[in-house]
Order: sequence, then structure tokens, then C-alpha cells
Amino acid sequence: MADQDRAIHVPPRPSPWNDPKIRAIIYQIVLIAGVVALGVFLVSNTLTNLEQRQIRTGYGFLDQEAGFFIGETLISYDAASSYGRAFLVGLLNTLKVSVIGVVLATILGTIIGIARLSQNWIVARLASAYVETLRNIPLLLQLFFWYAALTNLLPASDHAAEFGLNIFLSKEGLRYPWPVVEDAHIWALIALPFGIAGAVAFSRWARARQMKTGRQMPLLWPSLVIIVGVPLIVWLMGGAPSQFEIPEKTKFGHDGGAAVTPEFLALVLGLVTYTASFIAEIVRAGILAVSWGQSEAAAALGLRRGPTLRLVVLPQALRVIVPPMTSQFLNLTKNSSLAVAIGYPDLVSVANTTLNQTGQAIECISLIMAVYLTVSLSIAGAMNWYNRRIALVER
Amino acid sequence: MKFRHLVGAAAAALFAVVSVSGAAQAGATLDAIKKKGFIQCGVNTGLAGFSVADSQGVWTGLDVDICKAVAAAVFGDANAVKYTPTNAQQRFTALTSGEVDILSRNTTWTLTRDASLGMMFTGVTYYDGQGFMVPKSAKIKSAKELKGATVCVQTGTTTELNLADFARANKLNIKPVVFESLEESKVAFFGGRCKAYTTDASGLASIRAKDAPNPDDYIILPELISKEPLGPAVRRDDVEWFTLVKWVLYALGEAEESGITSANVNEMKSSADPNIQRLLGVSGDMGQKLGIDNAWAFNAIKQVGNYGEIFERNVGQKTPLRLARGLNATWKNGGLMYAMPVR
Ligand SMILES: N[C@@H](CCC(=O)N[C@@H](CS)C(=O)NCC(=O)O)C(=O)O
Repeated sequence: MADQDRAIHVPPRPSPWNDPKIRAIIYQIVLIAGVVALGVFLVSNTLTNLEQRQIRTGYGFLDQEAGFFIGETLISYDAASSYGRAFLVGLLNTLKVSVIGVVLATILGTIIGIARLSQNWIVARLASAYVETLRNIPLLLQLFFWYAALTNLLPASDHAAEFGLNIFLSKEGLRYPWPVVEDAHIWALIALPFGIAGAVAFSRWARARQMKTGRQMPLLWPSLVIIVGVPLIVWLMGGAPSQFEIPEKTKFGHDGGAAVTPEFLALVLGLVTYTASFIAEIVRAGILAVSWGQSEAAAALGLRRGPTLRLVVLPQALRVIVPPMTSQFLNLTKNSSLAVAIGYPDLVSVANTTLNQTGQAIECISLIMAVYLTVSLSIAGAMNWYNRRIALVER
Repeated sequence: MKFRHLVGAAAAALFAVVSVSGAAQAGATLDAIKKKGFIQCGVNTGLAGFSVADSQGVWTGLDVDICKAVAAAVFGDANAVKYTPTNAQQRFTALTSGEVDILSRNTTWTLTRDASLGMMFTGVTYYDGQGFMVPKSAKIKSAKELKGATVCVQTGTTTELNLADFARANKLNIKPVVFESLEESKVAFFGGRCKAYTTDASGLASIRAKDAPNPDDYIILPELISKEPLGPAVRRDDVEWFTLVKWVLYALGEAEESGITSANVNEMKSSADPNIQRLLGVSGDMGQKLGIDNAWAFNAIKQVGNYGEIFERNVGQKTPLRLARGLNATWKNGGLMYAMPVR
């Protein structure tokens, strides 16, 4: 039918220039050419400028000896290591802060978000006050505050406070005993993912059983037992080595064992308390987005408040919560670059040092940007995946 | 906010990217300076005795006086200077990107900086070495006792590298806490986070005198672990400007060697000594050779003083820093200050 109509009314073929399709393609080509030309111009201009100013370029410096120390490292590193390794140390320090920060901020934020909706007037008010104060003060100031508070209030390092069990707290930070690493520990660590997989399998089975028989199984405790138990058994089979390296008193404080520095503490405190105030709002909004009728219906079915929240409200709220949460996680990670202000050796701090030792600003900045871009895209990717998963469950 | 501290570096990098650099022909800097009527001088954000601004925004200090002397030589006016405070990290980009004409900011002359950062050092205005400051109560007598100690240090400095070298050579296992700004490193050190603070000995004297809650509670350890020749630097692409700044420094030194001061420079003009006549532009054409007025050295000495005067006024025995001339005395007095002949 359409063919017939067209046979009668067919307009004269427009000239290629007036054909919207061809035009659109031309526009695209022009745009791309423009972007590419701009890129080429910027890069070549930069290179000429740098050459003219006789500034060295290239990434060759990455395997030269760095020559500077880094205060805290997750992998072995000393001044004889390369700049590349220094970058890796910085990156791991950034990831350490980010991962711990994201987990803690999510927990704290969720608690405060729920507290804001509490029927207990004081609890709700306190939660509101928390949110309003913390999210309205610039993060950098909060970091300075935490750092100054920690360095000034903690006891001097040669008069560390002892909490028993060889745990010491001073201006040097928190120092505590740490197991002397042996093979059994590594095996136990490898067993951990199996424990987690076991817990997941268990909860699947329990759910399937519930579907079939209607009988509920306790989930939390058995899961925890499986997650902890599997590595524990491996460790026991490995001979249960339990030698601890205990912090020893030195002239200036303590050494040995493991330590959390005041810089790290201040940074995590600052990032977590600040980001939690935003997360609290997201959680609150997510819960409010689930209509009250849902809770009433759950109550009518005889569910108590806890299960109502866990089984009815939260799964629906999550759909609203997850997307904005992603940007909070990204914010926390990027904000961790303020570390350099309070002496925590994160990626930016290490890159800054490298930049000044080598003078290769563009290379260092480009590395920082590439790393943050990768980390951010990974977080966003993981969150989107999770978002799709829960969306699917909700149909 | 997120990348606040990155912005400076990134902006500078971007500047290098987009500025189609002006033709790098010799003398371009001086021409541009003459056209704009002042010298843009990169200084410290605040290091008493070297470069510090008072509440009215008036800058003083040894490093500041060097810029003033150059301005006096170029314009006959020591106040034809504008200042750009830079921290340890920004300073080189500020210079090489063209934001400042001279970097006069307690900066150590090293091979890497001289050869690969696109800049050149014009001389030494203060021979220094890196030292350590510790609380008196710690009863530390030597830097070698700092085994396992936490040491506060600022990023982007030679200080950071020397500390690593020193700790490595002496097996000290020092734990550095690295700050981006002088301000935060002082907060941390005086708050007791670090057992020692390390930087150039002159910087230590300045920080102790000006920033310590009570200067007498802190001591500066006797040993110096490095050589820190501090001096002004200019961009690498302009040899004439480099030459000019270099010779202003020599003129200040030469004046001290020949006993010319800001007080007696007028009388000295009638000196019979041909060396003095040449320096003060009474005879010869030294100024013209540099592309500036023949009274260049006269103006610099008259308005700013000779090197010795600059030293004593800003960091000498009568100032809170109480630094002795030491290596910075003229060679005639057993120091290292030696001006090349003006002829
Ligand atoms: N001379 C050394 C150190 C110079 C330096 O930056 N010193 C610090 C500590 S005294 C400083 O002046 N900081 C001031 C600032 O960054 O604002 C160098 O050139 O690397």
C-alpha cells in the first residue's frame, strides 16, 4: 500500500546536498575532522613548544631510579626503586583509601539515612544535623581539621597510649601486632574466595528451598560461618602458625607490627564522614520513593519492621539508590586526591614528587588522568552491572 | 575542588600546550619587559628573610631584593617589579611557561634543573646546605641519631631527594611525611607529628624565627647533609636576558668587593679607580653591552645596596634569622662570593 502511494507522490530526488541523510553524514565527518585536527594541533604544538624550551619529553623516566622514600607502602619499595614502581605504590595507596572509604561511607551513610527516617525524634534530629553540617563544609577544611586534631590530640610518640595486646596509639598513628606471614596465611587468603562462593551457593540453595517448601532458613549466620570457616580450616591444616610481630619500642616511638598512620586515618575519617552525609540523603530518598502502601501491605501480611525494610522496602529502594550512589563512590575516589594536602602518599602525591624531580609535567599529569579515568570507568562499569542486575530482578 | 591542587600544574601544562610560543629570538624577554614596564618575579609564598609580603602587600627579602636590583638596572626603578608567589611545586612551570621573567625563590642549582627543565641558573645568591630542626626536648645531637624517625618534608624540593640519599647512606630508615605546602608541613612539625623537619639551613632559621611557637624550644642540628647553592633562574631560550641577570648579580658582588655601598655610591662616581668608573657607568659602555642604561649598576647599588648590604638587611646578624656570612662572605673574607670582572 505504501508502495502505491509513493509511486504516485514520489518527490523529485533531492540534490545530495539537500538530502538530510547525506547532510547528517557530512556533518559527522566535518565534526570528526575538526576534533582530530584540534587534537593534532594541540599535540604537535605542545611538542614544538617543549622542544623550543628544551624540555625533555617521553615516558622513559618511568624506569629510572626514583631516589625518594614513600612513607607508607603496600608493596616493597625503597629509594632505589623506579619511578614506575613509585607510581604503583601511589596507585595502591589511592585504591586502599578508596576501597576502605567506599565500604565505610556506605555503611555509615545507610545507617544515618535510615536514622533520619526514624520515629525516634532525637535520633532523626541528630541524623539531620549530621547531614546538614558535614555536607556543607568544604572537604579540604574537614581534612585539615581531622589532621590537626589527630596530630595535636594524640599523645607524643615516645609516650604512646597502650591499649593492652600491644596496641599503641600516638602521633605516629596506631600500631598493632601483625602475624608473621607464612604459607598457611597465604593459603587461607586463597581459600577466602572459596568461602564466599560457598556462602553464595548456600544462600541460593536456601532460597530455592524456601520457594519449594516455604520454610525459611537463617541466612546471615551460616553465611558468615562459611566465609570465615573455610579459610580458618585451611589455616588450621597449615599448622595454625600464630606468631605475631609485636611493635617494639624504639628511640622515637614504636616500630614493627603493622601501622595506620595519622595521615591515613585523617583522610579516611574525612572522606567517610563527608561522603556518608551525601549517601544518607540518597538512602533516605530511596526509601521514601517506595510508596507507603508497600510497608502497610507488608504490615498487613504480618511482617515485622525489620523484615519489611529488608524484604520489601530496600529491594525496591535500591533501584533508586544505586545510580546516584555510583557518583558518590566516584566522588570519594577522586576526592582522595586531596590526600597530598595532609601528607598521605597517594597517587597524586607521588606523581607530584616525580613531576618535580623529573620536570615532566605533561607526562605525570597524563598518567594521573589516565589512572583516575580507568578507576572511575571501572567503578561506573561495576555499578552499572549491579544496577542492571537488580533492575532485572525487579522486572 | 576535587583536583584543586592539580589545577595549578594542569593549568601550567595547558598553558604550555596552547600558547603558541613567541619567537625565541635573543633579547625577546628584555624587549617584552621594557614594553610592559615591569619585571614579573617568581618568589616564595612566604619565607621570612628571603621573600615575604607584609600586611600591605609589600615584598621584602633577599630573593626579592635580587629582582629589585634587576629592575633598578633595567628601569632605574627598583619598584618596577610584580611578584608571583610560587610554592615548591609550581615554581618551574611558572618560569618556563612564561608566567614570570625571573625565578628568585631559594631554589637550588642542580644539573637536572639546569639541563632538562628549560631553565638556566644565573648564579648563586646564597650558598646553603640542608639541615635538620628538632625539638630541644628530644635531646638529639646529630642527624645520624634520627634512626627510624619520622621527618616532615616538602614535596618538589631537593630536600626530599637529599633526605633519601642521607637516610640510605647512613642506614637510617627514616619515614618521610611529605606535604605539598610549607604551611601544612609546619603545622605537622610543630604539632609534633614529626621528630624532625628538614630543609635548607637558611629556611630552617627562618621558620624557627618566624613560625615556631617558641623559637628556643627548637634547635637546628649542626651538620649539613648537602650543598644547596640557591640562586635565580631564567628561561633557557633567551641568552641575552640570562646574561643581563647574571651580570646584575656580579655587579652587586663587585660593589661589595670594591667597598661601594648604597650610601657612598654617589661619591664613588668620582673615584679615580677605572674599575669603579666602569662599574658605575662613568666610563665605558658596560650597560649598553647588556642592552640597558649605562647607569645600570649605579642604580641597582643606589636603590638596593651591594650584596653585603642585601644580606645583612634581610638575613644577617641583626635580623631574627641571625645568619652569619660564612660561605656567603666575599672571597677576600674567606667566603665563596666572587664577582667576575666588569670590563
Ligand atoms: N632549595 C630547595 C628547597 C626550597 C624550598 O622550596 N623550600 C621550602 C621549605 S623552606 C619552601 O620554601 N617552601 C615554601 C613554599 O613552598 O611555599 C630546592 O630548591 O628544592
